[in-house]
Amino acid sequence: MPLLEVEGLRTYYFTRAGPVRAVDNVSFYVEKGEVFGLAGESGCGKTTAGLSILRLLPPYGRIVGGRIVFDGRDILKVRESEFRRKYRWKRISMVFQGAMNALNPVFRVGDQIAEAIMLHEKVTKEEAMRRVKELFEKVGIEPSRVNNYPHEFSGGMRQRAMIALALACNPELVIADEPTTALDVIIQGQILDLLKKLKDEYDLSVILITHDLSVIAEMCERVGIMYAGKLVECADVRSIFKEPLHPYTQGLISAIPSLTGPKTRLRSIPGAPPDLLNPPSGCRFHPRCPLATERCRREEPEYVEIRKGHWVACHMAT
Amino acid sequence: MPEPLVKVVDLKKWFPVRMGFLASLFKKQQLWVRAVDGVSFDIYRGEVLCLVGESGCGKTTTGRTILRLIEPTDGKVFFEGRNIFELSKEELRPLRRKMQMIFQDPYESLNPRQTVFDIVAEPLRIHGLAEGEELRERVIKALEEAELRPPEAFLDRYPHELSGGQRQRVGIARALVLGPEFIVADEPVSMIDVSLRAGILNLMLDLKERLGLTYLFITHDIAQARYVGDRMAVMYLGKIVELGPIEEVIKEPLHPYTKALLSNVPVPDPDARRERIYLKGEVPTPISPPPGCRFHPRCPWAKPICREEEPEFLEVRKGHSVACHLVA
Repeated sequence: MPLLEVEGLRTYYFTRAGPVRAVDNVSFYVEKGEVFGLAGESGCGKTTAGLSILRLLPPYGRIVGGRIVFDGRDILKVRESEFRRKYRWKRISMVFQGAMNALNPVFRVGDQIAEAIMLHEKVTKEEAMRRVKELFEKVGIEPSRVNNYPHEFSGGMRQRAMIALALACNPELVIADEPTTALDVIIQGQILDLLKKLKDEYDLSVILITHDLSVIAEMCERVGIMYAGKLVECADVRSIFKEPLHPYTQGLISAIPSLTGPKTRLRSIPGAPPDLLNPPSGCRFHPRCPLATERCRREEPEYVEIRKGHWVACHMAT
Repeated sequence: MPEPLVKVVDLKKWFPVRMGFLASLFKKQQLWVRAVDGVSFDIYRGEVLCLVGESGCGKTTTGRTILRLIEPTDGKVFFEGRNIFELSKEELRPLRRKMQMIFQDPYESLNPRQTVFDIVAEPLRIHGLAEGEELRERVIKALEEAELRPPEAFLDRYPHELSGGQRQRVGIARALVLGPEFIVADEPVSMIDVSLRAGILNLMLDLKERLGLTYLFITHDIAQARYVGDRMAVMYLGKIVELGPIEEVIKEPLHPYTKALLSNVPVPDPDARRERIYLKGEVPTPISPPPGCRFHPRCPWAKPICREEEPEFLEVRKGHSVACHLVA
């Protein structure tokens, strides 16, 4: 049984202009100890999917349908007080996007992490600080720097501290939302290596949310590709890169330059991602799809398992 | 070798560090951020020279100083043989038409209160080059060149009505409208959705061919540099450490920093397995760069000489130069 199963998740943002269907009938699972990538462009719903799992949506956002089964239990049915005590940060935690700037500038970094530990476990301040020092060691920060303020840390160190914060209560699942996007390439390499190392050490499951397919290729075992609130394809990482079935996945892969291999002309996908207040009819990708037919305009494709472990939602692929 | 279109000689740009009132009272020594600290290179007509490096290495400052959008601290930049730093504002104006810039953030670099027409027409108005019907025609032609079709449909729209890709095309049209020869493009696609980036890069390459443009392309993304560039210069802490033909630099990098940088670039291929070169520490502050070779505190192969003596920037293979004691 997978550690996490998301089934038919729908998360909408209720705005004055109408409901924005940010996540619309999305299903995937994450096995114990694997890195699952959730990839797509800005506004595709990947961050909202992550926030939904932790139930950390802004006030105007609501989960309107679906199930999120974690370790055998539908956590959408768990009361908020229990969810806060037993699940959020205790068993599922998150490294937020732009997390480098998420530390409170007027408190010491160590205190902020110790606070998270003390909120969830009955330990003394001394015990909590001892664990923070251990965590710093694990993520590659000099333990003596627990008394530093965030501005005394470099960008890479702040990101390491945020990873330490996510690991503070020994979670089983970490959702990492664009963990390296704001970092320079050398620091990015170090953070990715750190995530891999920690994953192996703690047998963690990780949901890695990113727009960068190169990072996905390096880190993930399986990948889901999101477009306009929908999961359009999901498979193991090799199939996604070597035999992508959905025209959007194919388009994304032929749109990114590489350091290796022959230099061929990149193809861009025409048009732009749609407005989710009024998503296109039928398949949401049809206005940009080179293969679109009348049927794609009318009828929404089902999300089906075409080969073992390879799902796709496309009329042309089925 | 043909005469270069742009020749940069020992360019320096230092920014003063702002001091507090007390510090200025006690006459503490003025500190400088040495953003660009002596770089020299040529850009040949019709080529794309890529300037790559991490944030804070001075690549953007180099690009802006070359266009004299900011005044240099020292050095020379020759455009078509004339040192643009010696020209007065009036003498510079006709040259400005030939050198334009495409900015990183199309959300910040377009005035939200101006229509697309006004944004693209502004350079023509400033230079007093066209008015009335001719102005309109030239704006339409520039929009057409930037592949905003049909151009008439864009004239009265505001930036917020456009997608990121369309906005950057407006930025490109604004750069093209004066008929430039040389364009500095500073991270032109880093703020744009992945699926639209290739379109902008292809457009820039096509324009280069069709209009005979020359680019200085500034980016942190070496895979992107490889796609558009002919040659590549790698910057570290205000200096160029390596410069050469782009494929050669990527396949056989000579400077330890270039090697480290390349080994950390993720590759969109799940079968690719490479060893990352681990660098200790982080980039030091450009206020007091390390003595000798600036890279020596992080270099896995540093020798005693690297701490003491600054390495010269030497051509070690044809057209491939490097500043490193271990190579030269």
